[in-house]
Amino acid sequence: MMKEENNIIIVRDLVKKFGSFVANDKLNFEVGKGEIFGFLGANGAGKTTTIKILSGLSKPTSGKAMVAGFDVSRDTDKVKRNIGYMSQKFSLYDDMTVKENFRFYGGIYGLSNKDIADKTNLLLEKLDMTEKKDMLLKKIPLGWKQKLAFSVAVMHDPAVVFLDEPTGGVDPITRRQFWEMIYEKADEGITVFVTTHYMDEAEYCERISIMAEGKIEALDTPRMLKKQFGVETMDEVFVKIARV
Amino acid sequence: MSVRVDINGLNKSFESVEALKNINLEISPNELFGFIGPDGAGKTTLFRLITSLLLPNSGTIYVDDLNCEIDFKKVRNITGYMPGRFSLYYDLTVEENLDFYASIFKTSLKENYHLIKDIYEQIEPFKKRKAGALSGGMKQKLALSCALIHKPKLLILDEPTTGVDAVSRREFWELLKKMQKTGITILVSTPYMDEASLCDRVTLMQKGEVLAVDKPENIVNDYHGDLWQVSSNNMNKLVTDMTGLDKQIKQVFRFGETVHCTTKGIEKSMVTEIIELGLKKSDHDNIRIDRAQPQIEDCFLSLMVDNN
Repeated sequence: MMKEENNIIIVRDLVKKFGSFVANDKLNFEVGKGEIFGFLGANGAGKTTTIKILSGLSKPTSGKAMVAGFDVSRDTDKVKRNIGYMSQKFSLYDDMTVKENFRFYGGIYGLSNKDIADKTNLLLEKLDMTEKKDMLLKKIPLGWKQKLAFSVAVMHDPAVVFLDEPTGGVDPITRRQFWEMIYEKADEGITVFVTTHYMDEAEYCERISIMAEGKIEALDTPRMLKKQFGVETMDEVFVKIARV
Repeated sequence: MSVRVDINGLNKSFESVEALKNINLEISPNELFGFIGPDGAGKTTLFRLITSLLLPNSGTIYVDDLNCEIDFKKVRNITGYMPGRFSLYYDLTVEENLDFYASIFKTSLKENYHLIKDIYEQIEPFKKRKAGALSGGMKQKLALSCALIHKPKLLILDEPTTGVDAVSRREFWELLKKMQKTGITILVSTPYMDEASLCDRVTLMQKGEVLAVDKPENIVNDYHGDLWQVSSNNMNKLVTDMTGLDKQIKQVFRFGETVHCTTKGIEKSMVTEIIELGLKKSDHDNIRIDRAQPQIEDCFLSLMVDNN
């Protein structure tokens, strides 16, 4: 296990109940700085609940979670300032231009006007999209949109970025380019917390946790998980754990 | 009792966007036929043309001898369609939705209960619940029940497994295979390449074009070139370092726990030498190079590269 000070996410006995329904049942795990952590589980296993708690949008019923050194139950504002978030469903605004989206999110994340302008130019250049900066987002193909959304989610250099099914429906080449962007950011020290239904993407993570019915049923590197369950692919691991 | 689907020279544009470009497909009676491709491939547009929710700019679609444009009422009567977005009535209960769809097709839940028994049984305990309050998996089962209630000969499913976890996806495909045995012709679209192998035949689609049509095993066997899987102690940098290593090493893509690349007509010893030498220069260690069996996704990537 890694040293505590290197852990960007620390979760201890985390419980979330909705009435009598236990969505998160005593979760315990930690995620290191710059680690790519895959958070898997069947639909309804409780993943979204955990992500909401870790991003300060929902409070735990009991237990504790620290993100970037801040307590998610008490320092929600500080947590929010130090994280980025994107998902397939919610990313950028279709009726704003590319540049306006950067401006908007940069403002929300508390960047100065100068930082926003500098970052926007830099990121657009990197994506080779400078010419498209005044296009409405709805005119941009999905794959590019997702790459933009990721760039926006990390433009304030957060300690951790939460990616909730970021590559759903994206073509296989773009999906891979997207992962190259993830690696680059992880190399820079940003922790990546990602959910996906593509099992090959589970292999791209350094460690994986698999949830079933509110509990974490397995947590290890993809290699060790396959060894532990005596199977060849992450798909088989997933089926063994998630089919309860 | 099964129907055939013939698509000839089909074109559809939305303003300047060509959503479908000269599509020609023949789907046999009782086939489980897959449309595989990312968002924007044209899968939904094609399904909306077959169901006459849209009209083509040119070309024809026949379901047996029925022209989808002219005999649209007859085609609709024998077609079950499950759109990608949940499109049942949220404020009706499970049972009311089914009754409603049955009544549109002048039948009843009672009369055709046997057709949907396997699926409906799983949501029947919730039949008094409003559709809007169902979980994703249950909504999907209800939508499928509604699409089957009038005993269609042709079933069209638009991305039924998108956003669905790997376990539920498997269960859904088992269900499809079972339905196929009743004699129905099934058209199903998916963005998940690994689901291609579960179809009798598939078409790989991208940006309104058909890249390939065949049995999944033939598509895989037709892979041009030799596919290799490479791994090292620094996987995160491997794609970057292998790209541009040598002009003979093509199509370098991450694939699960290895990186795949393709060569044409060079021997293993040569391939190994080029890659090992090159990678050692950029500080890779524990380099492993093995032949790999292409999967549908390798083929799709290769066709995409050729097409661009």
